[in-house]
Formats: sequence, C-alpha cells, structure tokens
Amino acid sequence: MLEITPSHYMVLSAALFMIGVIGVMVRRNIIIIFMSIELMLNAVNVNLAAFSQQWQHVTGQVFAIFVIAVAAAEAAVGLGIILAFYRNKETVNIDEMNVMRW
Amino acid sequence: MGEAIVFYGLSAFILGFAVLVISTRNTVHSVLFLVASFLFVAMLYVLLGAEFLAVIQVLVYAGGIVVLYLFVVMLVNLKRAPETHQDPRRQTRLGVAVAGAVLAEFLAIIVYSSTNPSAPAVLAAGEVIEGGNVEQVGWLLYTNYLIPFELASILLLVAMVGAIVLAQREL
Amino acid sequence: MKVIWLIPLLPGIGAAVTGLVGIRFFSKAQTALVACGSMTLAAFLSIYAFIQLLALPSEARVYDVVVASWIPAMPLETAGGMGAFAVDWAFRLDPLSGMMILVVSGIGLLIHVYSTSYMHGESAAGYARFFCYLNLFCFFMLTLVLGANLLVMFVGWEGVGLCSYLLIGFWYHKQSATDAGKKAFLVNRIGDWGFVLGIFLVFFTFGTIDFHEVMVSAAAMPIEATEFGVISLICLLLFVGATGKSAQIPLHIWLPDAMEGPTPVSALIHAATMVTAGVYMVCRNAVLFTHAPMVMTIVAIIGALTALMAASIGLLQTDIKRVLAYSTVSQLGYMFMATGVGAFGAAAFHLMTHAFFKALLFLGSGSVIHAMDDEQDMRRMGGLKMYMPVTFVTMLVGTLAIAGIPPFAGFFSKDEILFQTFLHNRALWVVAVVTAGMTAFYMFRLMAMTFYGEYRGPAWEDAADHGGAERPGIDTENEVDRSRGHGAWHGPHESPPPVTGPLMVLAVGAIVAGFVGIPAALGGGNAIEHFLEPSFTAGVGPAVGEASEVVAIESAAIHSNSHATELGLMVLSILVALGGVALAHRLYLKRPELAEAWRARWTGVHRLLLNKYYVDELYHGTVVRGTMSGGRGLWRFDGRVVDGAVNGSSWLTIVASWCSGLFDRYVVDGAVNLVGWSASESSFSLRRIQTGLIQNYALIMLFGVFVFVSMYLLIS
Repeated sequence: MLEITPSHYMVLSAALFMIGVIGVMVRRNIIIIFMSIELMLNAVNVNLAAFSQQWQHVTGQVFAIFVIAVAAAEAAVGLGIILAFYRNKETVNIDEMNVMRW
Repeated sequence: MGEAIVFYGLSAFILGFAVLVISTRNTVHSVLFLVASFLFVAMLYVLLGAEFLAVIQVLVYAGGIVVLYLFVVMLVNLKRAPETHQDPRRQTRLGVAVAGAVLAEFLAIIVYSSTNPSAPAVLAAGEVIEGGNVEQVGWLLYTNYLIPFELASILLLVAMVGAIVLAQREL
Repeated sequence: MKVIWLIPLLPGIGAAVTGLVGIRFFSKAQTALVACGSMTLAAFLSIYAFIQLLALPSEARVYDVVVASWIPAMPLETAGGMGAFAVDWAFRLDPLSGMMILVVSGIGLLIHVYSTSYMHGESAAGYARFFCYLNLFCFFMLTLVLGANLLVMFVGWEGVGLCSYLLIGFWYHKQSATDAGKKAFLVNRIGDWGFVLGIFLVFFTFGTIDFHEVMVSAAAMPIEATEFGVISLICLLLFVGATGKSAQIPLHIWLPDAMEGPTPVSALIHAATMVTAGVYMVCRNAVLFTHAPMVMTIVAIIGALTALMAASIGLLQTDIKRVLAYSTVSQLGYMFMATGVGAFGAAAFHLMTHAFFKALLFLGSGSVIHAMDDEQDMRRMGGLKMYMPVTFVTMLVGTLAIAGIPPFAGFFSKDEILFQTFLHNRALWVVAVVTAGMTAFYMFRLMAMTFYGEYRGPAWEDAADHGGAERPGIDTENEVDRSRGHGAWHGPHESPPPVTGPLMVLAVGAIVAGFVGIPAALGGGNAIEHFLEPSFTAGVGPAVGEASEVVAIESAAIHSNSHATELGLMVLSILVALGGVALAHRLYLKRPELAEAWRARWTGVHRLLLNKYYVDELYHGTVVRGTMSGGRGLWRFDGRVVDGAVNGSSWLTIVASWCSGLFDRYVVDGAVNLVGWSASESSFSLRRIQTGLIQNYALIMLFGVFVFVSMYLLIS
C-alpha cells in the first residue's frame, strides 16, 4: 500500500477519466463538457507517463506530448465552433443543440 | 514512504479539483478549478520523472488552453443561465450509473492485474537512451517520431486556421 | 480508232443533256439539234473508225480499247481452280462490231432525223423525253455492240431492254402501250435469266469473260458432237437470252405487241437494231456455238420454226405495223437458222440488209399512218399511191428487197442463207423456201391493200390547202375521234422532207447494201463474209484448232458444190417469191372475192392464223394464269398461315406480357414496396434513438465501452 506501483496511477487515471465521463454525461453547459473532455485526456496522459516510468522509456511521454497537441487543436476548433454557435443561437446549452437530427 | 505521501496528496487534490470542475455552477470558477487540477497533474509528472511533460503541461494546458477557455467563457456573455433548459429524454442517471459500472470494472481489472503481475518485458539494452528526460524526449521526437511530430505541427496549423475561420464574425 | 469509246458516249451525252436539261428548258428545235447532232457525230466517228479498220490487213482487224478497269480482280471459284474475276470497261472494234456500229449509228441517225418530224405533235417535254430515250437507246446499243466482254455487252443488253420498255410505253396514258411495255420487259427477263446464267457458266468454265480469250480457250476444246457438255450448256443458255431479245419461239410474243410504241421506235429498236442483238450475240460467240453442234441444231430448228410461224401469222394480219412485226420475227428466224447451220457470215449479212429494208418499211408505214391520221388498219387504206408517191416508191423498194427479188439487198443475203441451209439440211431449206414465198405474199398483200386499189379510208373535208402543208400533229389522246377524222385533217398527203429524206436514203441502202455480198456464183466476191470471217474464228494460228477445221470443211464443201446448184436455187427462190407476189396480186387486186372464198373454205386455218396460233392465249392460260393462281394461293397462305402465325404470336405476346405485368405488379412491385415499407417502418422506430441529444449518443458509446470491458473481464 505504501509502495506506489503503476496500479495506483491506473486507479487515479481511471477515477479521473470517470469524473470526466460523468461530467460529459451530466452537465448541459457545453464549455464544461469540453473541460470534462480535457480531464479525460489528462487521465490518459497520467497513464502514459506512469507506464513510461515503469518501462524506463520515454516513448510514453512522447505520446503524451502528442495527446497534448491534439488536445490543443481540439480545444481551439471546438471553442471556435462554440463561439460560432453561440453567435447564431445565443445559447451554449447542449440540449438546445439538436438541429442535426431527423 | 515520502513518495506515497506525495502521491496520495496529489491524487486527492487532482480528483478533488476535478470533481469541483464538473460540479461548480459558475463557469469561471470551473475553469479555475481546472487550472488547479492541471497544475497538480503537472506535479504528478514531476513525481513520475517526466519533467519535460510537466513543463509542457503547465505551459500548454494551464497557460494556453485554459486561458483559451477563459476567453471563451468571457465571450459567451450569457443573458440567461446556461443550464435552464432541460430535455426530458436525457438519461443523466443512467449515464452516471453506467460510468460507475465501467469504473468498477476498471478497478476490478487493475486489482486483478496487480495481484497477478505479468512479467514485465525487458527492453533491449541498446534502446536505453542516455541523458536527462528532456534530452531523451527530444531525441525520440526528432528521430523515431519525426514524421508524427511534423504531422502534429500541421494538425496544429490546420486547427489554427480552422479556429480563425470559425471565429469570424460573418460565418 | 483510239476514240471508239466516244462512239457510244456521244449519244449518251445527248441523252443526258436532253433528259436532264431538255425536258424542262429546250424547245423542240433545240432538242432535235442536240439529239441529231450527237448521233451525227457518232455516225461520223463510226465511219471514220470503220475506214481505219478497213485500212488494216484483214488478219489484224481487231482493235481493243480499255476505258477503265471496271471490276478489279477478285478471286472466284472456276472449274480450273481459283480464278480472278476481273472486268474491264473495254470496247473492241473488229469487222463484226464495225459493221454493227455502222448500222446502228447510221440507221439510228436516219431515224432521229425522221423522228424530228414524226414526233412533232408531242409537247416540248414529251419531245425531249422521246429523244432522250432514243439517244439513250443508241448509247446502250453501241455499248452492246462494242463491248469486249460479256459483261459490258450485258450492260448494253439490259440498257436497250430498258429503253425498249420506256419507248414502247412512251404514250403511257394508253393502257395497251403500258401493257405492251410490261410484256416486253417481263418476257425479256426470261431471256436475260438465261443470258446471265450463261455468263456465269462461261466464267466458271473458262475463267474469263472476254470474248477473245473465251474464243481462244473454246477453240482448244473438243467439239461436243455426241454428248451434251458444258459448252453446249453455255450455248443453250446464251441462246435462251437470244430468243428473249430477238423474239424467237417461245418468247416471240412480245415483239408484235411492242408495235404500240411510236413508229420510229418500232423501226429502230424492234426491227433494225435491238432485236438483232440476239443474232449478234450468237455471232459473237460463234466459236462456242460451233463447238456445240447439238445446240446449233436446236438454234436452226427454232429459227426455221419461228420464220415459218411468224410468216404464216403475217399472212392475215390487217394492222400494217403488225404485219411488219411478224415479218421481223420471221426474218430474225431466218438469221437464227443461218447461225444454226454455221453460216454466221450469212446471218450477219442478212442482219445488215434486214436493218436497211425493215427500217425502211417501218418508216414508210409510219409515213402512211401519219398520212392516214393515225390509222393502222390496212382495210381502211388503199389507193394511196397517188397521194404519197415518195413513200410508195421507197416502200416498194423495201418490199422487193424483203421479198428477195434481185438485185435488191434482201435477195443476196436471203439467198446466201437459203444456199447454206440447203447444204446443211434439206428439210430446213424447204421450210425456208416456203417462208420466203409467204414473205413475198404478205408483203405484196400489204402493198396492195395500202397503195393500190380503191381508197377505202374515211372521207375528209375538202379544204383549200389539201395535199400539202404539214399537219399540226397527232393527237394520241383523241383516239375516238380518229376514225372520223377531225377538222385539221385534210386527207392523205405526202410527208414532209425530214420523213421522206430518210426514206430515200434507206431505199438507196436497201438497193445497194446487198452488193457487198454478191455470191461467187454471180461473179461476185462475197466480200462481206470474207470481211466478217475473222470475227467468227479464234484467229489465225496454232490455237485455232478444230473450230477452223470446221470452217475449212465447210468452205471446202461450199467450193465443191458447183455454182450451178447455187444458181438453180436462186432461180427457184426467185420463182417462189414471184409466185407469192402473183398470188397476192391475184387475191387482193384482181379477184378480191377469191380471198373471201378461200377464207370460207379454210375457216379453221384462217382462225388459227388470225389468232396467232393462240400462243398468247396459251401463255395466258398456263404461265400467266398459273402465276396468278400461284400468287393468289401464296396470298391466301400469307393471309391464313403467315398472318395467322404472326397474329397468333402477337396474341401470345399480349397474353404473356399481361401475365408478366401481373407478376410485375404484384410480385416485383410488392417486393420493392415491402422493402421500402419495412425500411420506413423500421426507421420510424429507430429514429427514436436519434434524439439529437449528444449526451445520449455519448451514453451509447459509454454503454459500448461497458460491454467491451465486460467481455474482457469475462474472457480473462
């Protein structure tokens, strides 16, 4: 229990990921949902870093960097979409974003 | 012993701020909690010996992305509360329940795999890269992962262009 | 001589000009100028070519001109392996064709001149049409005569047939004329069928259709004296063609009916030139025919029979042109008899003299008909001698010539034929002599009924300008009025110079044409036959073979017979002819009642002859009726069986399509609708999933993750 193994990091990661999932499921503010997605990405990064330490190899960290890059891109584009949507609909409530259905 | 204390402390902060992020009503507060959570994750990276990743986490996430969020939150100047309207068909409880179930399954897997550890594969001796963490990451990025790295930069460029286009007034 | 290809072409150009331009734009004078001009040029060119031909030594009198390659060589099966079927548009000038082009272009020119006056009653368009056809006829006839191979000859052969059809039916609003035209055309088709088969067989046998090459090849083959071989078959087929064109038994029926055409046409086509094409063709293939003695016998017998039969029919005809038509058939029979006994030279000689005197007789009859206001029945004529002296004298010359009275042309040629027949076959000779007597009789009967005795025609109004000026024209549509005579007619009168001119020229021809063939017995050299002889043999040389032997034998036979025999025969034939003349004189001038008595005594024979041996009726009863009933039967078969089958199949199709329509509507459409219906129904329920709520979708994803992780847990 006192020795910190990758399993501990995985538990942390899983918990963080599920907090993100619950955020996505529960909140109706799309900005919060995006932040929950960032949390999930962070959970993944924690996992990658933990395995990198276990294997004594930095490839995991390199992957984490790529994840961060993708997260940045996603945040930029996603927030752009949110802005554009808000400009048209005056709302960020995801329950009102239902025009693309039957 | 010390590592354990630090890990548990950091974990508590990370998870606590994360929970605050998704539970706070005020969006600005939510963003600030997110920054805090990211910073503690950065400390966790330091604990894991990934100093370069920690720096990137602080610079990019806490410094860049979250500021972007903050800007958006400021720009979305809501006249009414954002979460007033609620669709009756959304299955919030079911979602939370499934999420809890998945988490339970994950924990079961983790517990199961940690009690029956598979022999860790030993890396070939020649692949161990000398030098500090930053040097190692840099080496890999500019040799083995050069093409993904360049692709990532192109992705960022495209995302930038896309964001600019989307943010135009006359969309 | 290089320009002999121009000889046919000139009338062809004339025909094109008058036909394409003249019918709409030319006046009569212009049409006449173009037509006669082209014929004049052709006649002069023919004379020029003939003179050049005469200048050559007798064995080298052959001149070939290849105008163009017509059918390039193509491989075709022949009896001796694969041959090359190549046909040149080639013309050949040799003594035979040289004589023929003189006859065709010379007489053609005279008849053109004659027609300028004779056809004056036509409208300008009809006038141009007439001359277009006439020129076209000359074009084809000259092509036929000059053709160096069978196919070029065949082109001319068919072309003259076409022109004959067009000209017989020239007055196409007359039912009888169009019927006669069709009859001529159809009967000729039977002959042409034989001719075409003959050409095929010639190519199959010899690998070529060039006259000279065929001649050389045939000369090298044995004479089929006993068995009926391939050459005999060729000759028989060619002779079938000749019977059609030259109106021999059994295809002679069209020629008398062809007299429905304008008289110049009868003179040119149905007396002087076209109908002799059959004789010409047989002469052209003389070497082939000498190699088929059996066919020669058939030719001789058919010729003799035709001569006798046609002459006997001619005895009692009352239509002036029909008498001449039967006379033509009879004379053609003479020519075939001559070729049948191997006397090709005599046949060609008679062909030439016949062309002169028969054209003369026809033109004279045309003049008479014209003068009598389109009356053709001799019973309504008589005593015309005093009204139209020139016509009378010239026709008398023609009659003497055809009757065989010396020194007119017919005497020499006919006597040559009689003599040759006598040497060959006595029975045929007897037939020929009887025919000669009949010829003299009916020709003088014609003269007696037309020119002597009392005038029996209709009366005419005694107008001031009687007996002279040219009449306004013939009114063909007004046939009913004709017998009464209409106001413009002022009695029989002499024809204008364009009519009498050719008559006089032809009369001179009918007198002198025979002098080129004065037989040796009378101290002459028989120049024409010696002149023509190269055309009937394969040429002088080792390849001549047996054909020349035949000629040699025959010439030896001729020489062995004493001239006394020949002289005796001549005297006999003259006596027979005079007997015929005397009988005609007695029956129709001195004692007309005797004719009535004879008619009463031999009613059966009289009726038989008057009805032309019922040949037309026989053909109508068998061939025409058979064809018609066969056609009707086929029509019925068509109506019942073929139409029934077609209608049945269409009914079947309708039923089948109705069934398949049902199937389509209920099964196929049902399946399609079922698919669409099930898709729409399922989508109606499935679209409830599409709430448009992103978090529901995320929930489903999460649920999927749950499922996968659960599976992982269960497996491990």
